[in-house]
Amino acid sequence: SMQSIVFANYVARDTMRLGATIDVEHSSVRFLGNLVLNLWDCGGQDAFMENYLESQRDHIFKNVEVLIYVFDVDTKEAASDIHYYQSCLAAIMQYSRNAHVFCLIHKMDLVPEDRRDITFAEKEAELKKMSYPLNIKCFSTSIWDETLYKAWSSIVYSLIPNVDMLQQHLERFAEVCEADEVVLFEKATFLEISQSVRKPHTDVHRFEKISNIVKQFKLSCSKLQGQFQSIEVRNSRFAAYIELFTSNTYIMVIM
Amino acid sequence: KNIIFDVFIHKVDGLSDDHKIACQRDIQMQTEQELAEARIQPRVAFHLTSIYDHSIFEAFSKVIQKLIPQLPPLENLLDMLTSSSHLEKTFLFDVVSKIYIATDSTPMDNTLYELCSDMIDVVVDVSCIYGIGEGDEGYGYDPESASIIKLSTKRVLYLREVNQYLALVCVLREENFDRIGLIQYNFQCFKEAIEDIFAINTKGRRPRPPVMATELPK
Repeated sequence: SMQSIVFANYVARDTMRLGATIDVEHSSVRFLGNLVLNLWDCGGQDAFMENYLESQRDHIFKNVEVLIYVFDVDTKEAASDIHYYQSCLAAIMQYSRNAHVFCLIHKMDLVPEDRRDITFAEKEAELKKMSYPLNIKCFSTSIWDETLYKAWSSIVYSLIPNVDMLQQHLERFAEVCEADEVVLFEKATFLEISQSVRKPHTDVHRFEKISNIVKQFKLSCSKLQGQFQSIEVRNSRFAAYIELFTSNTYIMVIM
Repeated sequence: KNIIFDVFIHKVDGLSDDHKIACQRDIQMQTEQELAEARIQPRVAFHLTSIYDHSIFEAFSKVIQKLIPQLPPLENLLDMLTSSSHLEKTFLFDVVSKIYIATDSTPMDNTLYELCSDMIDVVVDVSCIYGIGEGDEGYGYDPESASIIKLSTKRVLYLREVNQYLALVCVLREENFDRIGLIQYNFQCFKEAIEDIFAINTKGRRPRPPVMATELPK
């Protein structure tokens, strides 16, 4: 499931061996120190969805900051997906009017590449219309590329208090060191939180790639019951420094 | 008559450790029996391998090492470097395939080999993103390629480019890394000696043994 990719440091290859979601899982993830993300993964089982939306409605939907709803693009039950989504929206309107709502159009790797933009645009338009007056943001995602990471990064970004101030400080720091770019990553998930880019770079997916590289290495280190504290890589053209920055973040400086 | 045989007992990832050892023992015994009956005694080595972990790389490393005529001087150089610079373990890796062609004579530790191999992945992948110029081919591995990774276990991984195909990866304790000047000097001696060894076929001159420092000058 998606949760295991982003939060438990599995890499996409490993989840093939985990088997499809078969139960309702509830888990909580702590990040940035004191933010807790509660995840209910229903795996598309109708009976469970009914249960949660009826009997546990007020428990789940109170004090919600973020609702992330995942639509599988290859679903056989589009109508019931929409029905449950609408129920969730109604609950949000009732209990947590100010929540941010994000919709992930997932498993996009199953759609032929030339049809992806159209498929996403259609779905997005449909969902935005249905969700009015709530303002929603949609993402097209797949566990097999960096789109999922980008979606989660945006979601996390919206959760961080004082994110503008953070951005300003980062930019000042980048200027002072004359760095090409400086990026802040959340410690457990290695999601990009903030960035300051002084020299443009052609690869738009590079932060997700760095995140994957580091997570892969984290996995290797954990076999030796250790963790890395800092990574420095250089050649004649660049030097990259990745270090623990605060108790909840890593910083990457590229010179 | 001098051909070396290596047997890979492959796809063992599905078996438990005991089962793997039993499997190897069975195959080995059967083979030895049949060879004895046929009255031939070739050199045969057995390896348990799987593509889902590093075992296949380790096996190929051992195969390749038997084919390199320069292995003894390479191992000597690595021993010299390891002891003079107070390193724990050193490997000479082929960067593209991540098999190691030589290591020092301290006991082999497969987990260290895996970690060093994964370090090469980090270096190559990061260099591919930031270390390639416009219109450049290749993977950003150049003569100044280097990396330092500090671990929470008070150990440091240190990588230096040796030539366009090879990298030296060392594991050392953090306190010994303070003497980085010493390590860099000795590495330079090491690198020049390696160049001599591989040039000997083309230039036909004997390499001078390097002189490595064990202490920094006061």
